[in-house]
Amino acid sequence: MFKSLALIRESIVGMVGLALILFWVFVAVFADVIAPFPPNATIMPMALPGMEGPDGAVFWLGTDHIGRDILSRIIHGSRRVLIFAPLATFCAYAVGIPMGLAAGYRRGMTDDVLSFIGNIILSFPVLVLYVIIIATLGASAINILVAVTFASAPGIFRIVRGLALDLRNREYVFAAETRGESPWRIMMIEILPNARGPLIVDACLRLGYVIITIGVLGFLGLGLPPPDPDWGGMINETRSMATSFPHMTIFPVIAISSLILGFNLLADGLREVSLRD
Amino acid sequence: MLVFIVRRLGTMVLTMVVVSILLFLLLEINSAGVAIKVLGPYTSEEQRNLWLEANGYFRPIYIRYFSWLGNFIVGDFGDSIRFKVPVGEILWPRLASTGILGLAAMAVVIPLSLILGVLAGMREGSTLDRVISVGSIVTTSIPEFASAVFLSTIFVFYLDILPGTSSMSDGFSVVQLILPAMVLILYDFGYVTRMTRASMAEVMTTHYIRTAVLKGLPYKTVIMKHALRNALIAPFTVIMLQINWLLSGVIVVEFAFAYKGFGALLLEASLNQDLFMIEACAMVAVFVAVITQMIADIGYTYLNPRIRFA
Repeated sequence: MFKSLALIRESIVGMVGLALILFWVFVAVFADVIAPFPPNATIMPMALPGMEGPDGAVFWLGTDHIGRDILSRIIHGSRRVLIFAPLATFCAYAVGIPMGLAAGYRRGMTDDVLSFIGNIILSFPVLVLYVIIIATLGASAINILVAVTFASAPGIFRIVRGLALDLRNREYVFAAETRGESPWRIMMIEILPNARGPLIVDACLRLGYVIITIGVLGFLGLGLPPPDPDWGGMINETRSMATSFPHMTIFPVIAISSLILGFNLLADGLREVSLRD
Repeated sequence: MLVFIVRRLGTMVLTMVVVSILLFLLLEINSAGVAIKVLGPYTSEEQRNLWLEANGYFRPIYIRYFSWLGNFIVGDFGDSIRFKVPVGEILWPRLASTGILGLAAMAVVIPLSLILGVLAGMREGSTLDRVISVGSIVTTSIPEFASAVFLSTIFVFYLDILPGTSSMSDGFSVVQLILPAMVLILYDFGYVTRMTRASMAEVMTTHYIRTAVLKGLPYKTVIMKHALRNALIAPFTVIMLQINWLLSGVIVVEFAFAYKGFGALLLEASLNQDLFMIEACAMVAVFVAVITQMIADIGYTYLNPRIRFA
């Protein structure tokens, strides 16, 4: 798979995706340097894109209803997305992988019980589950992580279980069993590394979904609390004015869509090159 | 086949029961909390206890669960805390509005994505395939709330030909249905297209298609008579499972366009801690999801002779 990570250069679609992601990573890392204004400073309300502020500085993307520079807020908002989405995805994998490995490798009761729990969670429409969890527990960073983990882990569980069911019959697993290695060692050291190919593609797609989820929660008013910029939240705050000042909403929308597109294109490119060999 | 259907039905009932237990525990295990939600925070301890006593909240939890479940099965969901009327009176009309929206979206998504998917999968790697594939990735990458903003900017702000909200306050109006349906279509068709394309592309590599081409049948006949039949089995399942996605999608779309449907109701109920409404909405959502999943499974088995009587 690391070979196909290098092979991504051969897929135009994958390279475009990677470029989009790296662009936003760059923006997030150097946010303090790039952003022309502090993200929460109220300077001049309702400025249209390209208008000049009081001290001659230009609001390239305009300002929002309370006068915060939209470009600076988008730049700083990228940090939040790029920290939370990977963190939430990581948590979901940390729960889903051991469960999937245990179910696929041990089979029997373990598999039946875990699969049943997974199917129950998966039978909820995803957003219904999020809305109920967040509305009951309250909107905070930790609760969003919990909700994403809870809702995504069963999907990961299913994929890992399927891969483990296939890989457990390989010779190297039998060899390890004959050597008398412990089940967890076999699962983590023999099976998991050999399942990484499909998991990396899935992780890219899943990151895209998690970014959508965080955006949707922000949009519904269930996201991370203000005032720090959050792309979904920015869209929610300004959408009532979108028919008269579309610039306030349209730029955060472009930002979030481009990042999701980046992950989806990268996943598609990775799948394409990994199928090739 | 009959045994299979009965077994699927059993799984479905079991899933619903477990979901109802989880939901009941999550929302009603703390009966003092229930009383505060129903009577409001500015009530005395005494008032709350009287209400709890009158509604049987001092019984053991498992008895409470069974009586709750019994009421649920006969359609008595309790009274909405916010609207002060039985939950059903609000829920069923809202569900019908969402049904109309979902049908409108599906009526376009199904033919559009099947045609595009077949066209793309017919000749894998062709320019048409490239265009359709990339196009479907791009549209599925734009979340519903984003395309809602895009589309309203174009059609409401610049062109000014469609209404920006769809509250249907003066009765049903088709014009107000267009934007919400468009958003759902834009997000959903990409996925079904990709699945149809993959299925079609796979069928095109099989031996019987090669045989049909080599024995000199016209390409059109090969596609229409041999390929399509097998290629359309997988998309059927995908379309049925898409209904599960649609239930998530309508929450965002109905919120964005102020459409008075099931999704908006669920969101409102959750934000206002309208306890019995949340329970009813969640159970209805899971019921719809589970039943479509079951139809997908049974239909797939029925359509695909290779796995019949599995």
